[in-house]
Amino acid sequence: MANGIKNDPMNSNLDQNILRIAKIIIDTLQMEDVTPETFEADLDLVDEVGIDSMDLATIALVIRDEFGVRIDEDDYPKLTTLRIIGEYITEKLQDEG
Amino acid sequence: MKTVSSLLDPEWYERYKRISKLNIRSSIYDVTDRCNLRCKGCFFFSSNEHKAASEEKDVSKWEAFVESEMARGVNLAILIGGEPTLCPDRIEAFYKRLPTFVATNGMIKVDRDRFPDLMIGISLWGDREDEVLLRGKDTFAISSRHYAGDPNVYYLYTITPKQLGKIEDNIRRIKDVGLKVHMQLLSNDEGIDGFSWQPDELIAVRAEMDQMLDDYPETVISSKYYHQIITTGIMCGRRFGWMECPSVTDSIDQRDPRPKRLTNFIRWASDLKTMHRCCTSETRDCSTCKDGAAHMSWVMVNKRAHMNSSEDLQNWIEVYEMFAKLYRYIPW
Ligand code: SF4
Ligand code: SF4
Repeated sequence: MANGIKNDPMNSNLDQNILRIAKIIIDTLQMEDVTPETFEADLDLVDEVGIDSMDLATIALVIRDEFGVRIDEDDYPKLTTLRIIGEYITEKLQDEG
Repeated sequence: MKTVSSLLDPEWYERYKRISKLNIRSSIYDVTDRCNLRCKGCFFFSSNEHKAASEEKDVSKWEAFVESEMARGVNLAILIGGEPTLCPDRIEAFYKRLPTFVATNGMIKVDRDRFPDLMIGISLWGDREDEVLLRGKDTFAISSRHYAGDPNVYYLYTITPKQLGKIEDNIRRIKDVGLKVHMQLLSNDEGIDGFSWQPDELIAVRAEMDQMLDDYPETVISSKYYHQIITTGIMCGRRFGWMECPSVTDSIDQRDPRPKRLTNFIRWASDLKTMHRCCTSETRDCSTCKDGAAHMSWVMVNKRAHMNSSEDLQNWIEVYEMFAKLYRYIPW
């Protein structure tokens, strides 16, 4: 089953996007104690990482530049984890592609 | 990786979660250019902000304006002046649509039948003697008669250097009329003799503010970290000033690099078109600015800078809670 997930091209896109978004978050927030690989994808970004709405707005701008995907401001509240942002971006890319 | 829960015990973590998603987006509105007092050192008049624009008199325009502010994402309206209570129809345009706070001198009693839970902050500049000297009358005698025991009212006590050693008398008289108090420091915009803060006075006033919080926890809405920040102007090794201030009007903020700031914040003049530079005096020297709201917001927008230690994060939580209490997002 685990292999099945890995071989699914959609999931490998998702994994790659999550890593890229983790890097964006780390760079934007100048986090020194984590790498994209060690960033837990299910950690609550507000309750645990301490991100605020201005951070999220900045991250959304970088994501727009890097992925060409615009995050609607109304969607900010539901983008609570790295994985959820990854799924959101991956889905939007698929819709466009 | 440092996470919030790794820095806090369960009780503090619960307190954190109570405020972490509040997402407060305030803006400030000059409701009128007029006031029924003329206090020495009032930034509104000393920096000629009352002449910056001529006030909009058509209430329907105010109503449409509030709607457009809501569309801009504002979810807390802070009304200042001049004296907002001179224009209840304009207050109502906000009050019917948004959580609304009014800063008043308390000379006019707001009609509680019309505005049952309007949040009100009454300005107070010291004891009777200082109030007569700076504001021409003992405002407390009048404002306390108007609002004694009102659960949606607190005093916004601006402490001057002349108040050193006398703060407790003021806290006690506020307590005695059944109201709360939040303390801030005077920025001496009109350069009145003896009213500019000296370094030793700032040390002394911090100690006195801390003492008040310890001795009157039911009356004083404050936090020791806020006292530290406002008296030293230093936070996490950074100095407060223009390049750090979070309360600059968003659409005219050309600073580079842009500091962490209040999202979409604008301070509007009463013509509903002109924007002021920031939450306070247009002409104030930022290096001596003691604005309480700007300092408190400075802490609030810099949450991650406070994630170095448990103590830092607890300090951040206390300042955020103070703000949330002042605007009734959490109970007193
Ligand atoms: S009451 Fe307030 S607005 Fe009026 S003059 Fe005094 S400080 Fe200025
Ligand atoms: S005067 Fe105070 S509030 Fe205004 S921009 Fe300067 S530091 Fe900020």
